[in-house]
Amino acid sequence: MWYWLVTTGLLQFILAYLATAGFGVLLNIPRRAVNLSGWVGAAGWVTYEALYQVLPMTIDVKLAIGNLVAAIVIGVASGLAAHYKQMPMIIFNIPSLVPLVPGGQSYRVVRNLVTGHPDIANQYLAQVVIIAGVIAIGFLIAEFINRLTWHLAQKQA
Amino acid sequence: MTEPKLLMQTTLLAGAILLENGAEIARVEDTMHRIATNAGYPDAQVFVLLTGITVSLPETDASQVRAIHQRGMDLEKVDQVNTLSRRFASREITLTEFSAALARVNQAVPTFPFSWLVVAALVVSVPLMVAFTGHATPADLLTCGLAGMAGFAAYYWVNRLGRIRFLSEFVGAFVIGLITLIGFYLTQNNYHPDAIIIGAVMPLVPGVAITNAVRDTMTGNLLSGPARAIEAILSACAIGLGIALTSIFY
Repeated sequence: MWYWLVTTGLLQFILAYLATAGFGVLLNIPRRAVNLSGWVGAAGWVTYEALYQVLPMTIDVKLAIGNLVAAIVIGVASGLAAHYKQMPMIIFNIPSLVPLVPGGQSYRVVRNLVTGHPDIANQYLAQVVIIAGVIAIGFLIAEFINRLTWHLAQKQA
Repeated sequence: MTEPKLLMQTTLLAGAILLENGAEIARVEDTMHRIATNAGYPDAQVFVLLTGITVSLPETDASQVRAIHQRGMDLEKVDQVNTLSRRFASREITLTEFSAALARVNQAVPTFPFSWLVVAALVVSVPLMVAFTGHATPADLLTCGLAGMAGFAAYYWVNRLGRIRFLSEFVGAFVIGLITLIGFYLTQNNYHPDAIIIGAVMPLVPGVAITNAVRDTMTGNLLSGPARAIEAILSACAIGLGIALTSIFY
């Protein structure tokens, strides 16, 4: 596990950072947010990859749990980033989702349907539904955690 | 202009900018409601659908509607509306100034020039191909970079020229498929067309739209969520068809 983290994990971290920052530029996020959103995205993707390596389950279950935890990490991290930079959360959590979000699978569904592989299309369709649903639930949980920490911080002050 | 009229128009404009540039329905409703409350109308009614917004002020028997025809993604505008709304809440700007500033935000041009966007498409495509598939032969990297850039450029220009929905995604995907196909015939081995395509289409695919559709549905917007899903499915179809047209020749 540790060996994985320092080799593949580090590489995946850098790749996800680049992809998130690039997607941020495509979505025209403010320049001062590009770097920070890259870090948030990288944290989410490495969480997912690490869980995917560790969990001893079938692919669909791994996808569900990995994406759920990664979405929670992204939601909480972008809540902190939004608070720190005084920007809306959407600027950090939308670009950060690009490695996780089922865009590739949704295109594969259509492609396999058109080229005459309905059974493969079905598999990918199931993945699209699982991932999209699980990310939405993850964001709800993250929002709950954000409100809870905010509430506690208010109480202490 | 009387104040309720100006207030309704400002609220609608703020909501329209948010909705046209990628905010979720709950955020649009929340921001619009805050603006109305801060202007002294706490029981203003706001009704947001994906294709139109209604705001009404029960005390003055007045209401206004604004239709939303196209939706894109421009988070800079979302941030600016958010900042302006905060400044209005803390009484730094008046309603008139707020309204004028919103009109300027709506007209603003994107911050990043086209060349940056193309480079960003490259930076999205190539790392995601490696991260998803683990394939990174020189031929893969080169073709994926080229296809990602050309596909995004085609998508961007068709979008600018014609404003025909879903055609831009189709053309972008077709260009990606074509470049991958050409690469397939030029190289002998160590070439993975599937990996290249999955990387190169990443700047175009509606992954965020699908996730937002589910999120909108879960916050109780039972009309707007499914509507977003249909929009996302159509653009996935456009991309899938564009690639499938070229994949017959392998």
